[in-house]
Amino acid sequence: MDILLQQIINGLTTGSVYAVVALGYTMVYGVIQLINFAHGEVVMIGAMVAFSIITSLAGSGLPPLVIVLAGVLAAIPACMTMGYLLERVAYRPLRHAPRLAPLITAIGMSIVLQHLALLAWGRNPLAFPQIIDNRVFGIGGAAISSVQIAIILLSLTMMAGLSWFVYRTRFGIAIRATAENVHVAGLMGVNADRVIAVTFIIGAGLGAVAGVMYGSYYGIAHYTMGFSLGLKAFSAAVLGGIGNIAGAMVGGILLGLVEALGTGYVGEFTDLCHWPIAHGWLSAQCADGGNFVLFGSNYQDVFAFLMLILVLVFRPSGLLGERVSERA
Amino acid sequence: MSMSARDKFGLALIAVALIALPFVLASAGTAWVRITNFAVLFVLLSLGLNIVVGFAGLLDLGYVAFFAVGAYVYALLASPHFGLHLPFWVILPIGATVACVAGVILGAPTLRLRGDYLAIVTLGFGEIVRIFMNNLSSPVNLTNGPKGINRIDPFQIGPLNFSASDTIGTLVFSGPIKYYYFLLLVLLAVIVINRRLQDSRIGRAWVAIREDEIAARASGINTRNIKLLAFAMGASFGGIAGGMFAAIQGFVSPESFVLNESIMVLAMVVLGGMGNIWGVIAGAMLLSFVPELLRYTVEPVQRALFGKLLVDPEVLRMLVFGAALVLTMRFRPAGLWPETRHRREMSENRA
Repeated sequence: MDILLQQIINGLTTGSVYAVVALGYTMVYGVIQLINFAHGEVVMIGAMVAFSIITSLAGSGLPPLVIVLAGVLAAIPACMTMGYLLERVAYRPLRHAPRLAPLITAIGMSIVLQHLALLAWGRNPLAFPQIIDNRVFGIGGAAISSVQIAIILLSLTMMAGLSWFVYRTRFGIAIRATAENVHVAGLMGVNADRVIAVTFIIGAGLGAVAGVMYGSYYGIAHYTMGFSLGLKAFSAAVLGGIGNIAGAMVGGILLGLVEALGTGYVGEFTDLCHWPIAHGWLSAQCADGGNFVLFGSNYQDVFAFLMLILVLVFRPSGLLGERVSERA
Repeated sequence: MSMSARDKFGLALIAVALIALPFVLASAGTAWVRITNFAVLFVLLSLGLNIVVGFAGLLDLGYVAFFAVGAYVYALLASPHFGLHLPFWVILPIGATVACVAGVILGAPTLRLRGDYLAIVTLGFGEIVRIFMNNLSSPVNLTNGPKGINRIDPFQIGPLNFSASDTIGTLVFSGPIKYYYFLLLVLLAVIVINRRLQDSRIGRAWVAIREDEIAARASGINTRNIKLLAFAMGASFGGIAGGMFAAIQGFVSPESFVLNESIMVLAMVVLGGMGNIWGVIAGAMLLSFVPELLRYTVEPVQRALFGKLLVDPEVLRMLVFGAALVLTMRFRPAGLWPETRHRREMSENRA
């Protein structure tokens, strides 16, 4: 029981980070139907910038919360600028080109950003300095740390804030109108270029915070972290229904849970020694409490991907999404 | 196809140059023959990916996965790892088939969706294949994990061993030179197959799908199957190239099949000109020699200027590939050597 609860807590933590990153993918996709491959790298750069600031301030004697806040506040504008530049330099000139073109630039930008980060910060991971007193609380036999609580609360706050922005403000209406139909929105006086740029900027800002959260949860930031985080967040966005904001949130948290539970239990489920049919020919390996594990927790990164494939096969529109199959 | 005397003469000249090339290179060092062999290998890969990306317009970002499948099939069937030593002409078709099946399994669920999904799913697939290669060393040691598989058999045709040197008269045929000729033959076959495909019913169907899928479907093309065919064919070419890679290298490990390799092949296809065989070949040759060029220029220059290596040539290489993708799409979307039809399409669609 306590292991189950523990995995759920861990899953909620990573899941809320996935959800915040997935929002970046889904909003951009919503307005221009483009997978912004470079979004994962923007998240990574947010984490790297914040970690650099936090490390340089770690010895200054300032209160830890102030230091972390300074890091986050530096990362957000850095990422927002990057998001804006990405849109201006790589995507806007190709908005009317064949579909393949922006996809290729997107992957190109992602590679460029990743390697620029490698030049700037080196090959070794940056470690999160030990400044926070990470207290651990027990609930029902499981443990939850203050960092986990902070991540979950912060993510929920950001999601609530974004929902308010998109569904309750004038600019939010413009975003939704652009997502519905760019041309008609333009006729109604919406400046589509601005809406698209703002979408990129908001996504990047959320990504910056997500990067810091993800990095502080695992204690390190690395120039390659954007790749798998981006892939998972994208899977989460598809799971929820790409282009759908609520879907990205649900998808992210669900994916976090699936991944945590999958990683926690896959070793046990695929241990053939627990399967009666295998006892005959595995008796040698299984003797004395031995085991024969087919897939262990080292397959963690596979779950998000399997989920993506399953969703695409059985419900390509995602849990909350509209139809997304090929359209002209 | 009738050829003028001038064309024939030019063709003969190219043939002679290609046949003499390895001996010229060998005089500068066998390493150059090896580098050329890997360049030809990448030309093969690019031609395979060109079927998927260039002909059919499907963005495959995990192409290296099929290369990996081919390489591991060869490594498992011709090395002391399982004690199997099948001849290469048996293994290469097996590798192509396994890669083809992998392509169909991956393509079937995703090809009926928008191209974007295919891009991301293939990206993930490339990563998954690598994770499996890394971890399938337990409970049964299938891939030997991150350590990779060693002592892979070289090609052997009768008494002709591709890892040893033979001397005929005064000419020394070293191992790499033999592989060079073999690769050249395969390349020739692949080029012929590609040309025939391009002008065939299937090739035209691919172009139709690339240009307008709905119109293609309305014209009676079974778009899903035709796309799947492109995907499967691209995958099997990747598998064959992988098998040859394993034999030439003598060693495979998951390290060789990272995302960056997929990006490199994609950059070759995009830079050269998607859909144009000669453009793709030129792009692949050009980008294959970039790492060597960087190694011989950037490194000494930096050491001379700063006394140490500030920017790793490997990093620069990836920056070049990434920038090539972005800049080509931005300024020359049909590539440096565009296919006529594709050029028209890429400029027409701009509103």
